[in-house]
Amino acid sequence: MGQLVAIDSLLDARRIWRGRPHARPPSQQPTGWATLDDALPQGGWPESSLSELLLPLDGVGELRLLWPTLARLSQAHDAGMIALVAPPYLPFATAWANAGVHMRQVQVIHADARDVLWATEQCLRSAACAAVLCWPLQADDRALRRLHLAAETGQCLGFAMRPASAAGNPSPAALRIAIDAQPAQLRVLKCRGGNPPALPIPFAG
Amino acid sequence: MLWACILLPQLALDGVVRRHATPDEPLALIAGPVQRRVLRSVNEAGKAAGLRAGQPLSVAQAICARFDAVQYDAADVDRWHDFLAAWAYRYGSLVSREFPAALLIEVEASFRLFGPWPRLEAQMREDLRELGFRHRIVLAPHPWAARVLAGVYDGLAITAAHPLQQALDQLPVARSGLPADVASSLGRMGLRHLRQVFALPRAALGRRIGEQALDHLDRLRGALATPLHYFQPSDAFESRIEFNYEVSSSQSLLFPLRRLTSDLGAYLAGRDGGVQRFLLRFSHERGAATELPIGLLAAERDPAMLFEVARSRLEQLQLPAPVRMMELLAHHLPPFVPAGRDLFDTRPQQAMPWEQLRERLRARLGDEAVHGLAVRADHRPERAWQTSEANVDAMPRLPRPGWLLAQPIPLRDTHLRILAGPERIESGWWDGDIRRDYYVVETSQGQRAWAFRPPGEQGDFMLHGWFA
Repeated sequence: MGQLVAIDSLLDARRIWRGRPHARPPSQQPTGWATLDDALPQGGWPESSLSELLLPLDGVGELRLLWPTLARLSQAHDAGMIALVAPPYLPFATAWANAGVHMRQVQVIHADARDVLWATEQCLRSAACAAVLCWPLQADDRALRRLHLAAETGQCLGFAMRPASAAGNPSPAALRIAIDAQPAQLRVLKCRGGNPPALPIPFAG
Repeated sequence: MLWACILLPQLALDGVVRRHATPDEPLALIAGPVQRRVLRSVNEAGKAAGLRAGQPLSVAQAICARFDAVQYDAADVDRWHDFLAAWAYRYGSLVSREFPAALLIEVEASFRLFGPWPRLEAQMREDLRELGFRHRIVLAPHPWAARVLAGVYDGLAITAAHPLQQALDQLPVARSGLPADVASSLGRMGLRHLRQVFALPRAALGRRIGEQALDHLDRLRGALATPLHYFQPSDAFESRIEFNYEVSSSQSLLFPLRRLTSDLGAYLAGRDGGVQRFLLRFSHERGAATELPIGLLAAERDPAMLFEVARSRLEQLQLPAPVRMMELLAHHLPPFVPAGRDLFDTRPQQAMPWEQLRERLRARLGDEAVHGLAVRADHRPERAWQTSEANVDAMPRLPRPGWLLAQPIPLRDTHLRILAGPERIESGWWDGDIRRDYYVVETSQGQRAWAFRPPGEQGDFMLHGWFA
């Protein structure tokens, strides 16, 4: 007890675990929504991983949330493709173009329920795509983990649109955001690298 | 040009033996009409048991109680010939299968890639040994000379005109590839070797043996160039193994499966391609065939890997009935891209260009499954987008939904709130007239929808899109 130990030598010896050793580097993929960026620990979408959007209904704003990101990705020099795997409706090109998305970079892939996950994994893994949006009808946590690993391998942004009823199930996605219609807000359920913000984020547009 | 001739003296027998489960048992190929079956060729074990080619089947059965008699099938031999031509295609672009049971390959152009002839020859022999075909290989400056010399020698390599002349001089007339009647009449004239024939005055010789035989002698010496029909590898691979007994366990299908996948690998290496999807089909005595499609993440051609993948699928398969025939079909043979990377390339290892990815998706999901989107300058929403790429015209920035329903459906909601509208869209009297008032509405659940109703009416809305 009488011996004093300099804290530097203790730390250098690496025998003390220090809670959070390193903050993750800030993300290079801002969402385009300043309030959401502020709330996320990395200040943007988690890179090279799968993000999950939970939607209670059609027409509540998943495209509004993603369009700024897709527009930025499609306008980038040497841009990769943006793949939509099994979208529930026709993407209305006029609206997408008005949002700033270069339609040349957008590819729609129709796949039946069995092949959605396969096609998504192929797109994520290929590294030819900048972002892959998928609408899997049935996806358990094993399937989502595969997609997550594929996104890591292909170093691209993966987005899985799932019904809000899936919010209670565990998911390996790095980021889970539930979109509420009334009131229009975003709830971050899970985010890698920090605690999710306690309060919902207003999402009016 | 230097031509390698690979002579396959036992092509038919080797083709049967190599996919036979017990190649060490006596085995004979039989041919001929039903009344007079004759042994056409016999394997080593059969020879040891006293069987000889040319024996009538009844005699053979009297000599050896148990041997496997397989019907000789000319179409089957043709298939193996094709298969080996596809294999040879990897060693040279000019491959001819013009002569029966022999392949001609122009190899001089390939020396820079494969190394000098001894190395290339060793590699060919190694391949053929692995594929299970007995062979004789001869190199000569002219294709016809190579073919004739391969009938006598094995391993002979002649690269210049003078040694070729010497080798031809020593060739017996009977083995020179001349028609049998010409050879026998030359023999009766006391001419035993080609040297004596070449020494005769040409005009006199021509009168005796005819124009065609003279041409043949000219082709041997390279004085007359006759074009060959070159082999073109086909764009699909199909191979099958028929069993003359019923196979009911998937374990005993593994040996033929290994043969099929290694044949596929050899074929793919020959055309520098890969395979991403192939089909195994098992035919039964009666009933529909069982099909087992096998898909890979990337185009591959390594035989070991193809076998491993196929085996893992096969082991899960429940066969409804014993199998009589097994087929391997591969119709899409995409180019094979080995996993190689630039020194400073930071892209991940499985990276592939979009075009390749699109082909892979289309191969599985259908040709129409993948398309781009483009804007068309049309006010009618059904026609304001198209699936192909086109020049993009600027459209006025009016509220348009991100999702469009393929078919408008009735919007049943009693508490709709109109946010914007009406916007009259009336166009297309020339092709599919529409006349609608569009509104942006909010449903009672907070969704924002794009809906229309006929102008001037207050009825129900038709839902046409979602502002998502």
